[in-house]
Amino acid sequence: MKRLFLTLSLLAALLASCAPVDLNAPLPVYDTGVDPTSWAQVPAGEFLFGQHEEVKSTDAYEIMVTDVTTQQYADFLNAALADGTIKVEGNSVLGYYPGDPFHGIKHELEIKAGDWQYIPLADPSQRVKFDGTRFTVQEGYENHPMTMVTWFGAWGYCQYYGWRLPSELEWEKAARGTDARPFPWGWEIQRNNANFYASRDPFEDMRTFGSRSTPVGFYNGNAYDGYQTLDSRSPYGLYDMAGNVWQWIGDVQPMEGFSDRWLKGGSKDTYDMDLRIWVRNSAPPMYFSPGVGFRCVR
Amino acid sequence: MKERFNYLFGSTKGLILVAIAMIAIVTAIWGMLSGPMAEMGVREVVIKLLGMKIEQSEREGRIIILYHSIAMAVVAIETYMVTGLLKMKEFYKTAVRVLITVGYMLAMIFGMGFAYFGHNWAFHGLYITGLALIFFAGVLLTIALNPWDPAYFITDTNYARTKKGVDLERAAFFTTALTTVISALFGAIPGSYYGHGFESFLAENIIRYPEKTTMEYSIIGHLHIMLALIGIMITLIIGRWLDFKGAWHKIAMPLMILGCIVLNLGVWGVVTPLEPIAHMIIYVGATPSMLAALFLLIWSWNKFIKEGTAHLAKPTFLQKLGAMVRDPLKFGPTWQMLFMNFTTSGIGIFMAIKLDDIFRLWPAREERIELTGHWHALSAIIATIILLYYGDMIGLKGKVRQLYGWGIIFLSDLALGAVTIFEMKRLFISEAEQQPLVNMLMYMIDFGLGFLLVLLAVVMVWRLIDLFKPKGRWTEEMTHELAQEVAK
Repeated sequence: MKRLFLTLSLLAALLASCAPVDLNAPLPVYDTGVDPTSWAQVPAGEFLFGQHEEVKSTDAYEIMVTDVTTQQYADFLNAALADGTIKVEGNSVLGYYPGDPFHGIKHELEIKAGDWQYIPLADPSQRVKFDGTRFTVQEGYENHPMTMVTWFGAWGYCQYYGWRLPSELEWEKAARGTDARPFPWGWEIQRNNANFYASRDPFEDMRTFGSRSTPVGFYNGNAYDGYQTLDSRSPYGLYDMAGNVWQWIGDVQPMEGFSDRWLKGGSKDTYDMDLRIWVRNSAPPMYFSPGVGFRCVR
Repeated sequence: MKERFNYLFGSTKGLILVAIAMIAIVTAIWGMLSGPMAEMGVREVVIKLLGMKIEQSEREGRIIILYHSIAMAVVAIETYMVTGLLKMKEFYKTAVRVLITVGYMLAMIFGMGFAYFGHNWAFHGLYITGLALIFFAGVLLTIALNPWDPAYFITDTNYARTKKGVDLERAAFFTTALTTVISALFGAIPGSYYGHGFESFLAENIIRYPEKTTMEYSIIGHLHIMLALIGIMITLIIGRWLDFKGAWHKIAMPLMILGCIVLNLGVWGVVTPLEPIAHMIIYVGATPSMLAALFLLIWSWNKFIKEGTAHLAKPTFLQKLGAMVRDPLKFGPTWQMLFMNFTTSGIGIFMAIKLDDIFRLWPAREERIELTGHWHALSAIIATIILLYYGDMIGLKGKVRQLYGWGIIFLSDLALGAVTIFEMKRLFISEAEQQPLVNMLMYMIDFGLGFLLVLLAVVMVWRLIDLFKPKGRWTEEMTHELAQEVAK
């Protein structure tokens, strides 16, 4: 009898693990008060780059205060579709990319000039919807970071407005400022500093759908229905430079034969160690995920 | 008191008990700093309670010292086993044991002290001293194992030997010890280079870089080969314990020597112009080593079946199966070696074949999970094999033996099986839909590893209580040497 009970319990638990996840489960809607169209100025000069604090320098540049939002991306798609910059084929939005240099090195992907997928449309995690003529945003996700976007899609967005994706140096400087801090806001991390795995924010339910993105600028010191966030801006006033979603970096072939693109900042799906500023993740430019977004520089 | 000290630091079983206890303590405490324990907030409590000083930028360096602390104790356990199982001059036996015991304790206590409790540079010096002593113990062990010394020639034709009588099993032990000492240098040299500049990195974080420096290659080679050599050594130890012999032994031992040498040459080759073909050499070397382990498995399972069904005229399949698994402590080590193919070798080969088609299309973090997962699984499997042998060493009998043996096998395989599915989950589930599956796998991992540690804790508490008894089991263990208990 005991064995039967044990077996049935295990079976029930196993079945529960196979239960489908409701990707459209209701989510709280908050206005963070942070303007996603605003830019932060980063002055020219030296800063400490990487875990081992190499002294590097950049020119002056401006960087978006938040990640590009889903609404901003949908607006771009509508404009770009209207003027023929992008096209919709099957379940993909495609755009032209001029290709990468190719060296034929082992494991190097050849990225040729041509049309590449910006975003997939049929994936259930995609929050931008297309009705055949217009792109709209799934309700509630308007001020969330744009995800399910390839590096080409991020590159295309920035290019369209005459901007570009940040280099790794620019990204790190914007996140870190000029001291050696490991996190954009300082030296230690608490659960309400950022959206990371099991950080217990109001958008998370680890029993079912797990961690979800938070609206851009969510960790600004405000309280949302009793959930108190910490003001987690970087020294230059940027939000979400640690956690929420990984951010595509613009560097192409930072090492000869390296066809991946850097991803920085950690995400809602990673432990706090990946939120340290110098941590690198990477993926091929055609990769997309609910945990990857971007922002631009100019 | 003196007698107990002599038992703990003067006898093979006492030394092994101390080392297992040390590893158990480190594993129990530092296991609370990551994974689910961190999620539940236990990490913060442990850090505050113990007064740890955790710098974010030093995580990689801390982890490297943690790995080394545990690995050095495992190497010490294997050394105690080798010196207890094989004939050698008493001077060497004593010297090796003294050096390695002092070495791993210095490395563990002061290494962890330096890494987690503020940077006391005297601690770092003592940590390095500990590692140096272990290295020197390895040199002495290699000399002690010299297979060409006529004193160790064998005449029994049941065992692999040369025409002159050189014991090929001893030669395999010698080869493994020698290559371990050489391979240690591949970590020591870059270690001093990076340590000098206080820069450290984890190999899994640079795996996709197309160009790596010689020092980086050396580190990557070092960590792979050291774990492989620990695996080869435990296979040889288990073979000796079970008194591996006969035709399978005669094929396995030359293969083990050949495999070990070629495997090492491949790994050392990563810092030479041979780097582009180093992986191919490694595959060539790994194959005979794994075949040798397979032959041990075939021989031992056949032996268990024969011994267990000797009283039956025509045993059925089920009776044979029952005989094979009758003693989990003897069946377990080779079963774990077979299971290792599911969690480590199989995964590794599959990844190598499908690297560009599948795994390199995923983010590097996914690949990191697979890389760290599969070698953690291999380490854990080696640990369980040691624990299974230890269970026999301390004379577990009857139901306790069954419970302990099957407990280790079931709990570890459950956890490591779940780890393997976790590593490969992206093959069959999307990121957005994975959470319930991840939860289930985490329960299995936590249940398996958690109860395994509880089982180990029970054994450790029992051994502690036993030490307080004037005529406890420890008094018997003081005089028993492992060589006397071979194939008992």
